[in-house]
Amino acid sequence: MGDSAYSFSLTTFSRTGKLLQIEYALNAVSNGRTALGIAAKDGVVICTDKKFGSSLVDSGEVRKVERVHEGAGMVYAGVGPDYRVLVRKARKSAQSYHLEYKEPKPITQLVKSTASVMQEYTQSGGVRPFGVSLLVAGLDADNTPRLYQVDPSGAYFGWKATAIGKNYVNAKNFLEKRYQDDMELEDAIHTALLTLREGFEGEMNGGNIEVGVVGLDGKFRVLTESEVQDYLDEAN
Amino acid sequence: MSILEYNGAAIIAMTGSNCVAIASDNRLGIQYQTVAMDFRKIFRMNDSLYVGLAGLATDVQTLDQLLRFRMGLYELREEREMSPEVFTNMLSNLLYEKRFGPYFAEPIIAGLDEKNMPYLATMDLIGAISKTKDFVVAGTAEGNMYGMCETLWKPDMEKEELFETISQALLASVDRDALSGWGGVVHLITPEGVTTRHLKGRQD
Repeated sequence: MGDSAYSFSLTTFSRTGKLLQIEYALNAVSNGRTALGIAAKDGVVICTDKKFGSSLVDSGEVRKVERVHEGAGMVYAGVGPDYRVLVRKARKSAQSYHLEYKEPKPITQLVKSTASVMQEYTQSGGVRPFGVSLLVAGLDADNTPRLYQVDPSGAYFGWKATAIGKNYVNAKNFLEKRYQDDMELEDAIHTALLTLREGFEGEMNGGNIEVGVVGLDGKFRVLTESEVQDYLDEAN
Repeated sequence: MSILEYNGAAIIAMTGSNCVAIASDNRLGIQYQTVAMDFRKIFRMNDSLYVGLAGLATDVQTLDQLLRFRMGLYELREEREMSPEVFTNMLSNLLYEKRFGPYFAEPIIAGLDEKNMPYLATMDLIGAISKTKDFVVAGTAEGNMYGMCETLWKPDMEKEELFETISQALLASVDRDALSGWGGVVHLITPEGVTTRHLKGRQD
């Protein structure tokens, strides 16, 4: 790389001052499956659906909510393979942080370093921007539950609750109505599943939903199929 | 003669009740020839964290610069002060990076943690950490200082008693060591702030 005809950055300004490649990346995100998250007072929940074009896909082999380190995890909307690259880089940065300081990487730092990677891919030669937005969940250095969104441009935002991907506008409207400041994690999980159901075609079950939670104990966990099923049954 | 003993040093840190003290001598020598009597061996990292570096003077100063560099970046990046625990691990890492061409200095870390509890740690020149609850010593007067600390230290001293104890331990130790002395400096770290006092010892 470096001396090919495409070694210049493909992300260049249009005459109107826009970066079209980034806008296209955002289109790829809003075509992706919905993902959403809620930061409650005692934890964070992130979730997404895993519906596929064919019923022959073995959904048990697909992982969308991933743990980055002991106390943080993420989920995405957009291009799946791009997401795996970001998860790998985030995990590696978390491990080097731990190696240097013997302390888990605070969520703010994790978000900043991941956002830097995504920004780099909007300015480097021979690459394209990531076709994903991320929701990152974890605890901050002072133990506050935090939920962040990172976009293909490298911009990041902290949210009380938000949604990305297909139908994110409706999902966000729904969350705005349901979110409360004193919400507990259990309520948040229910609200998250209810929100997901709004835009879901067909029957939700433990197999086509993925949920990740982190509580005040600072342990991030992807819920098992039967745990998700239990939450769905409770909601009915 | 070991390169760690080329310039001479004596550093002690001790815990008290909600306070810690760290003290060093002032001498810089080239073997038995004294060159300076105002050489700094203890460095302030933040209001509740001090590090003492005993060993080769050039490496002592380089390490201070490197630590200030890494601390500065950390504080800007994370918008918070570094805890003594994290600082110890960072320093250990910094030293082990030079495993096969080490900085010839043995650090002593003294501070108060987030809950204002005393924190003491030391490590060898390639970063093997050891944490203690009573006292730590480093330098050419190490043997003497162990003797004095074993004799004078007791648990839960108030800050004035702690100051007196660490001062006596330091002065008595350097009097029987040819490579350290020429007075000393004591930093007393408490939740309210740091008191620094200069000791006038034997000038020979």
